[in-house]
Amino acid sequence: MLRFALRRMALLVPTLFGLTVLLFFWVRILPGDPARSLLGQRATPEGIAKVNERYGFDQPIWKQYFLYVKALAGGDFGSSIKLHEPVLDAFVNKLPATIEISVAALLFAILLGIPLGYYAGRHIGGWLDTTIVSGSLLGVTIPVFFLALLLKYVFALQLHLLPTQGRQDARMTTDHPTGFYTLDGLLTGNFSAFTDACAHLVLPGLALGTIPLAIIVRITRASVAEVVHEDYVRTAEAKGLLRGTVNRRHIMRNALLPVVTTIGLQLGLLFAGATLTETVFAIDGVGQYLFNAIGVRDYPVLQGFILFIALMYSLINLLVDLSYGLIDPRVRVS
Amino acid sequence: MTTPPDVLVSPASSGDADSSESTSGESLWRGAFKRLRRSPMAIIGAAIMVVFVAVALLAPVLAPYEPASTQWTNLSTPVFVQGSNSEHLLGIDRWGSDMLTQLLFGARQSLIIGVVSTLIGLIAGAGLGTLAGGFGGWVDSLVMRFVDILLSIPSLLLAISIAAAMGKSSFALMVAIGAAQVPIFARLLRSSMLGQNRSDYVVAAESLGLRRRTIILGHVLPNSLGPTIVQATLNLATAIIEVAALSFLGLGNDDPAVAEWGRMIVSGQDRFLVAPWLAFYPGVCIAITALGFTLLGESMREALDPKQRR
Repeated sequence: MLRFALRRMALLVPTLFGLTVLLFFWVRILPGDPARSLLGQRATPEGIAKVNERYGFDQPIWKQYFLYVKALAGGDFGSSIKLHEPVLDAFVNKLPATIEISVAALLFAILLGIPLGYYAGRHIGGWLDTTIVSGSLLGVTIPVFFLALLLKYVFALQLHLLPTQGRQDARMTTDHPTGFYTLDGLLTGNFSAFTDACAHLVLPGLALGTIPLAIIVRITRASVAEVVHEDYVRTAEAKGLLRGTVNRRHIMRNALLPVVTTIGLQLGLLFAGATLTETVFAIDGVGQYLFNAIGVRDYPVLQGFILFIALMYSLINLLVDLSYGLIDPRVRVS
Repeated sequence: MTTPPDVLVSPASSGDADSSESTSGESLWRGAFKRLRRSPMAIIGAAIMVVFVAVALLAPVLAPYEPASTQWTNLSTPVFVQGSNSEHLLGIDRWGSDMLTQLLFGARQSLIIGVVSTLIGLIAGAGLGTLAGGFGGWVDSLVMRFVDILLSIPSLLLAISIAAAMGKSSFALMVAIGAAQVPIFARLLRSSMLGQNRSDYVVAAESLGLRRRTIILGHVLPNSLGPTIVQATLNLATAIIEVAALSFLGLGNDDPAVAEWGRMIVSGQDRFLVAPWLAFYPGVCIAITALGFTLLGESMREALDPKQRR
């Protein structure tokens, strides 16, 4: 198990190295001069030269790459050209908002998806199964941002049940020791701040969680449908085990393996989807920050954020692989 | 070197040689097509696809007005608030253009960008996958490490990065969305080719003394294409959604004369309270089109699955 984990981690190294090369050169081919975009339309040649010198844009390209990697190794991910804050700080500051809506989305997808998928998998061909499958097909094909708009229109603008945007009611003044607004509400004992933060998570969570929900339903359904026909399930039933025990220990435990992989993969994709959802609901998270950075060609922010997201995505996939061993003893042995 | 006699190596039916010969004797593709015709999912999907393609091709004929022509019927009250009437079946958009016309031409834009981007992804990805799966060894390692790097960035983020780098145009969208599909096709084709590498017909072709390149391109590749075609159909759905998503984020073609569903949603978004249909119609169009390709792709996957044959 340890050797497997180490080998799996070693594979990350060339990927991340390649990623830095790719990101470095990608940023250089972006059209538009960063110095010019920083200084605006009235930039003087002297001003541009000064900015280029300050950020090292006048050095030969290989030297720029070398400096970039050297800085990365020292934990320096550069500073935003536009906002003058360190990229790492910005990412850490924006992360809680994105994690909150991603967790909300994933909770919604898992808590609803696994039971629905299980039910459909046990009753293949029934009318409820057909409904669930059709619903999940629709869930994958409806664009996230369009769904977000629809939800906002119906539940916030028409029914006034939930807030339209942001992370917290503007009239609320609270402390934010962690940056996770839900957690902050609980920690500071401000229960109304907690419920308010939760209410702000409902619509973004639903919008962002629909695609993972649809995918989890389908994988669970297919996996359960395959497992119920296994010999060991028949044996367990023949032994006279309680139905609940068979379901839990024999069917679900075996059927969950592909579901766990899927959930892990979805977690990474949520970060990309969050860009769209955060835009619709005006949530001040990683996605929106990244999007604003693209608009003003803030190179260091783009490089840093994509690198961080890719790193998190790879680490999550690593954890998924490792979690196999916990769920499936067969993997541990081999 | 000539091609081997068909008696020995019949590419069409050798996907899973033992089961296909014993059951019906018909080819995998013909059987799959037969099953497709009986599947309601496939019929609905194909119908949606046919309507979509027809609309996209015939947009200039079907549309009641010129695209992007603005008719300011009444400048004092916003025209879009009127909604549908006898002259404009689906009403008028914010810029005074006929909504139906814009939607029809939007289909054209989605079809072109969707198909071209999927083709870019398919050709580049299939090329890489064939290299990796066909030649193995260090070529395989090199190609797959590159694919791993691409896969370490979530695909929408990859598309956003490329579109942002190339500036706002339809061409940028095609390349961005196509590039994001490359790793998917590369991995898929590689694994299905590796699966074919040790099959009987490859061994037979090798024993006939065929060159490696001929075997890969003439035998292994055609037999590995099934899952790739299915994936391409499914990716068309994703591509159409991603076109809209990138336009929604302001990365699409910003020429107002080109109707595009994603951008129509954006411009309708600001008027959601007074005229929700402005964003609603294009959104529904995207969802239905994507649903059509997904239904067709899914039923093709089922039909091509050897386990489904009876």
